Amino acid sequence: MSNQALPRPRFNAPEPERESKANLKVEARTAPLLQGKVSEVPDALFGGAMRLCGLAVVALLGLIVYQLVVGSTLSWHAFGWKFFAQSDWNPVSDQYGALPFIYGTVVSSLLALVIAIPLSLGVAVFITEMCPIWLRGILSFTTELLAAIPSVVYGLWAIFILVPVLRAYVQPFLATTFGWTGLFSGPPYGIGMLAAGVILAIMIIPIISSITREVLTVVPQHQREGVLALGATRWEMIRMGVLRNARAGIVGAIILGLGRALGETMAVTMVIGNRPEIAKSLFAPGYTMASVLANEFTEATGDLYLSALIEIGLALFFVTIVVNALARLMVWSVTRGQPSRSIA
Amino acid sequence: MTFLSVLTVLLVLLPLFAIFAYLVYKGIGSINLAFLTQTPKPVGEPGGGMANAIVGSMVILAIASLLGVPLGIGAGIFLSEYGRNRYGDIVRFISDVLNGVPSIVIGIVAYGLVVMRQKHFSALAGGVALAIMMVPTIARTTEQMLLLVPQAIREAAYGLGVSRWRTTLSITLRTATSGVITGVMLAFARVAGETAPLLFTAFGNQFWNWKSDQPTAALSLQIFTYAISPFDEWHRQAWAGALVLIILIVGAVAAVRIAVRHGTLAGA
Repeated sequence: MSNQALPRPRFNAPEPERESKANLKVEARTAPLLQGKVSEVPDALFGGAMRLCGLAVVALLGLIVYQLVVGSTLSWHAFGWKFFAQSDWNPVSDQYGALPFIYGTVVSSLLALVIAIPLSLGVAVFITEMCPIWLRGILSFTTELLAAIPSVVYGLWAIFILVPVLRAYVQPFLATTFGWTGLFSGPPYGIGMLAAGVILAIMIIPIISSITREVLTVVPQHQREGVLALGATRWEMIRMGVLRNARAGIVGAIILGLGRALGETMAVTMVIGNRPEIAKSLFAPGYTMASVLANEFTEATGDLYLSALIEIGLALFFVTIVVNALARLMVWSVTRGQPSRSIA
Repeated sequence: MTFLSVLTVLLVLLPLFAIFAYLVYKGIGSINLAFLTQTPKPVGEPGGGMANAIVGSMVILAIASLLGVPLGIGAGIFLSEYGRNRYGDIVRFISDVLNGVPSIVIGIVAYGLVVMRQKHFSALAGGVALAIMMVPTIARTTEQMLLLVPQAIREAAYGLGVSRWRTTLSITLRTATSGVITGVMLAFARVAGETAPLLFTAFGNQFWNWKSDQPTAALSLQIFTYAISPFDEWHRQAWAGALVLIILIVGAVAAVRIAVRHGTLAGA
């Protein structure tokens, strides 16, 4: 920062690093004489342009909020808060309530978390604490490959492979074993809330496990050694020395995963069944906020219909923003001060 | 417990292998010359391909890169060279938050920004949506890469009397070129397979379209439409499209990486 205030000597040649040594010496000696002519204009222009780019990021957020708020005013005036409490979604009679979509989004995301949390923690612990060094790179690369697959390809795979497997093997098993809970009753279509939860879990595992891994590697080595020296087994060491210290970061990682699950659109739309109903059974088809947007936005004929959809978008945006901000703060609270994040 | 841990790893790797195996197995049999050179045939007629969607995806991605990459790199430069203060922290936090905005919401924004004004679904609208998604990712990775450049190198340039903007562009950015390009490719790969923000911006098209203000086909949209259709022939093509999409993404990333490694694009 400080060098901006200093008057800089100007050279005749635009690229001083290519100047010969002798030439430089002469220029350096005469430089103070030229001080009055130093032009700050290009620097100011460049600095201004870069600041504008930074400002553009802020403006983008503003633009998103503006578009969503303006687009949803019509629906807001028509329904108010009731919009989020009504379960009636009827474009024909222009009645819109978002409850079934909110329910579907929440349930499918929670289901995904229930499946994904133990798996991704297991993977992260295995990679950082147990696995031989040569395997570490390969494993983290492969789990991150999962994150590179486009959502629509997950959906394609889910429709043709996952759903039939669920229908033929998993759902009958769940129905006979846990049918008494009421969560696994009704006809096993394959398509439905359960399929959405499973495919979401597969999609968020890479996020949760890679951030958890990052957090675990930050736990100081002497914590592990200290716990081991007290006579702990390896598992006790991981539980007390590592996981407990990284708690806040792990929770942050999980919430980041949740944020991704809440907004995930394509794969869910392809397998959840798209029926705006609230059913207790996980076998039943559902609908999420993101998938109703995907399915109905281009077909929304009336102004109020479109506005109601945009209001769902606004709600989705708001929830994911809160969830993500929370998660970032928690992850930052653990990894802050690490060399890679601080000023070089 | 070790056993449980290993079990989780296997459980996580299983879907990965299953996805890739099916993709190759189902896709490879369906890719032929017609698939790569023809437009979709009407329902019921066998044959046809996704040539227009492949080209459409490329056009949309080109527009997105054209808009998003300079803005993202600029924001990254701001964060690392001018933003070591409260304003920088605000921008940093906002770009992290923007990264988490669901892609479908970005689609709504692009719809309001471009489609409503033009009264047309268009490749431009799709490009704008994807560009918005690229900016925060590129900004943050560019920042991290620029911060890796030692302060001493900047000071050496200042010491030689090089102006600040010149130092940033010719010394700092140039030293970090390969890292910055990797970040750009990451962002590119992330948006290349996006479908949700294109649904109501690019919209899709069964025919060739060479105008940027008309509905344009995209590979990911075509995969979606075909996957949820009831026709076997279309399912087959959806798999082929998915394989082509993945190959294109991996190919683009690999090509740029190789170019960087061999010094074609690298400055230092």
